[in-house]
Amino acid sequence: MSAFLEAMGRVPDLLAAHLLVAASALVLGLVISLPLVVWSARHPGLARVTLGFASLIQTIPSLALLALFYPLLLSLSALVGGGVPALGFLPSLLALTLYALLPILRNGITGLNGLDPAVIEAADGVGMTAGQKLRLVEAPLVAPVLMAGIRTAAVWTIGAATLSTTVGQPSLGDMIFAGLQTQNWALVLAGCLSAAGLALAVDALLGMIEHGIRHRRRAQVWIAAAVLAQGVGIALAPLWPRAGDDKVITIGAKGFSEQFILARLIGHRLERAGYTVRYREGLGSAVVFGALKSNDIDVYVDYSGTVWANEMRRSDVPTRAAMLSQIGAWSQQKFGITQLGSLGFENAYAFAMRGDDAARRGIVSLDDLAAAAPSLNFAADLEFLERPEWAAVKRAYPLRFKSAHAYAPTFMYRALDSRQGDVISAFSSDGRIAAQKLTVLTDPRRAIPSYDAILLVSRTASRDQKLTDALTPLVGQISVAAMREANYMVDRDRNKATPEQAARWLEQKARLNRPLEAR
Amino acid sequence: MQIQSPGPSVALAGVTKSYGETVAVDDVSLEIAGGSFVALVGASGSGKSTLLKTINRLVEPTSGRIAIGGEDVTAAEPHALRRRIGYVFQNIGLFPHMNVAENIVIGLRIAGTSANGRAAELLELVDLPAAFATRMPDALSGGQRQRVGVARALATAPGLMLMDEPFGALDPVTRDQLGVRVRELHDRLGLTTIMVTHDMAEALLLADRVLVMERGRIVADAVPRALLAGDGGAAADALVAVPREQARRLQALERGQ
Repeated sequence: MSAFLEAMGRVPDLLAAHLLVAASALVLGLVISLPLVVWSARHPGLARVTLGFASLIQTIPSLALLALFYPLLLSLSALVGGGVPALGFLPSLLALTLYALLPILRNGITGLNGLDPAVIEAADGVGMTAGQKLRLVEAPLVAPVLMAGIRTAAVWTIGAATLSTTVGQPSLGDMIFAGLQTQNWALVLAGCLSAAGLALAVDALLGMIEHGIRHRRRAQVWIAAAVLAQGVGIALAPLWPRAGDDKVITIGAKGFSEQFILARLIGHRLERAGYTVRYREGLGSAVVFGALKSNDIDVYVDYSGTVWANEMRRSDVPTRAAMLSQIGAWSQQKFGITQLGSLGFENAYAFAMRGDDAARRGIVSLDDLAAAAPSLNFAADLEFLERPEWAAVKRAYPLRFKSAHAYAPTFMYRALDSRQGDVISAFSSDGRIAAQKLTVLTDPRRAIPSYDAILLVSRTASRDQKLTDALTPLVGQISVAAMREANYMVDRDRNKATPEQAARWLEQKARLNRPLEAR
Repeated sequence: MQIQSPGPSVALAGVTKSYGETVAVDDVSLEIAGGSFVALVGASGSGKSTLLKTINRLVEPTSGRIAIGGEDVTAAEPHALRRRIGYVFQNIGLFPHMNVAENIVIGLRIAGTSANGRAAELLELVDLPAAFATRMPDALSGGQRQRVGVARALATAPGLMLMDEPFGALDPVTRDQLGVRVRELHDRLGLTTIMVTHDMAEALLLADRVLVMERGRIVADAVPRALLAGDGGAAADALVAVPREQARRLQALERGQ
């Protein structure tokens, strides 16, 4: 219960951000769809087009819709010479707005077309102008039906807003995604309940307004509207500007425990140096580098091999040191991104098997694995099968598995444990390798590049000497053993720590609290 | 409500309305004197409603000109024109979200005119109790609703009344009462009234002049007495024959008792 209460402590800030993006999307959706409703009701051809478009949008999974706005806004930003944020509030707002359109349009257009023709004839007959007809007759008569559509849109928008976490907009989804990742079920539950509670409360209040309009109870409409406005105002309170809020540093993180921990580690350091920080967690690894390029985030930890293969499009495998220096030079020259250095450990892709299983089959290297692969099931993480590393491994070793399935990292280890998978694409810094007694296979042909954890700082943030000074002491300070242990604190099933606690532990372990004060 | 100067004349010149290949109104020219009560009779699809609606521009004619009181109807915006014309139709079209009083004075409200006390006055005019003012339309019978419809049309004191099958959906007793009441109001207020009906008996009993339409054309134009005397031609005679035959059978029935 205490874990749940602790999780609920994160709710107010996230709820405010969640409500802000959902409510903004709903309002923008109304602003766009109401004129379209009126226009479409007068022109049946246009109605077909608008409804068709809105239905088409609805068939796109909300997660994909959110993700699509990232490249879209990025190219728009390039087109207008920069300045359009491709992550965070804007893409979430746009995607959710598109989502809100259909129910409003459909109910509005159907409602207007379904009005008694005699009433419309009477409105014309008494000499109403088009505007008077809309205001005095059509709008009041269609209001209950339209309101029902607005309710649907509100519930959809609040639900889909949880997914805006993936494009870096804080929402209650932060708790759900982070909780799923670190198997912190209290966090997942708190996030889900808050989102559901918010949706239900808004739906109930809008329902009261709808009922009031339908039965011409003006007082009921006003009371419900006032409660709704008041509620939104209170919920948004954590977002009200506070005094002394100067420069905010945004720290990015991909969607797994190590990234959450390292983001906190960086955050604590910057806070001690006097910065206000916020976190953009759960970003896809393709999105996160782009976010740094466009200064949507200021700093994050990536892995040398990932940048090498995905961003630099290189397939050769140089030595660790050569790779680091080339990445540094390339990112500096191309994007002004500063590579502060390696944190001191690697998180490489590593093929791992159950220890006993590997011993029984006599598999120690990828060469051995290639021979046994046809009788083995491969459980990969969500990205691996699409990554250039997998292509490079397949080029070096003729791997043909009996089956290959993709899992979220946590469930990938579970799959190995439950024997649904025999081989996984593990991460070398993962605490579960030791805990689950896994055997990591060697790579005699050196197909997998090295994955040093490197600190990357955006072009704008690099200009701040104080910031880079605060972060540089982290370089070389984190051993793979310490990182594994910190990761396992978060990833294990019992006695779990939050990323926050693991970061504090790691700071102690690496004696990172001292250098700053010593200087 | 004081008596006004007689309602305006209405003049139609070569009015035609076609929908693609179909000609609903075929080159109709007509003069209607101010203050007269004219019935427009014909079978379904004869074009009588379409012709009526060209006068308040609910239907725009394909060609031809229409003038009310000597002024072309296209001289003003349609809504401005319609505010000067009372319009009553079979489906009534009361605004379901407004009470009776709000329905009645809607014409004054949209024109920005004060409606002080007019609702009560108009309710009295159509023989409805003042207490009806606050009722909602769905709490009224069909006949009461059409009385409200007539009151609404009279609210702006129009000189011209257009009525499209106004009593078509009412029971015979209500129909007769309301018909008589409308004729009284026509005389008292000095209106020009054009009423579309498919009921020749109603037309003969209420109107000063009966026009018979067939396939978009006016095929007979006479005062009721002349029509009864057989001066209207074949089409008119066929329509007049129906109520006349009914009256004859009723008389026979009475004698047979």
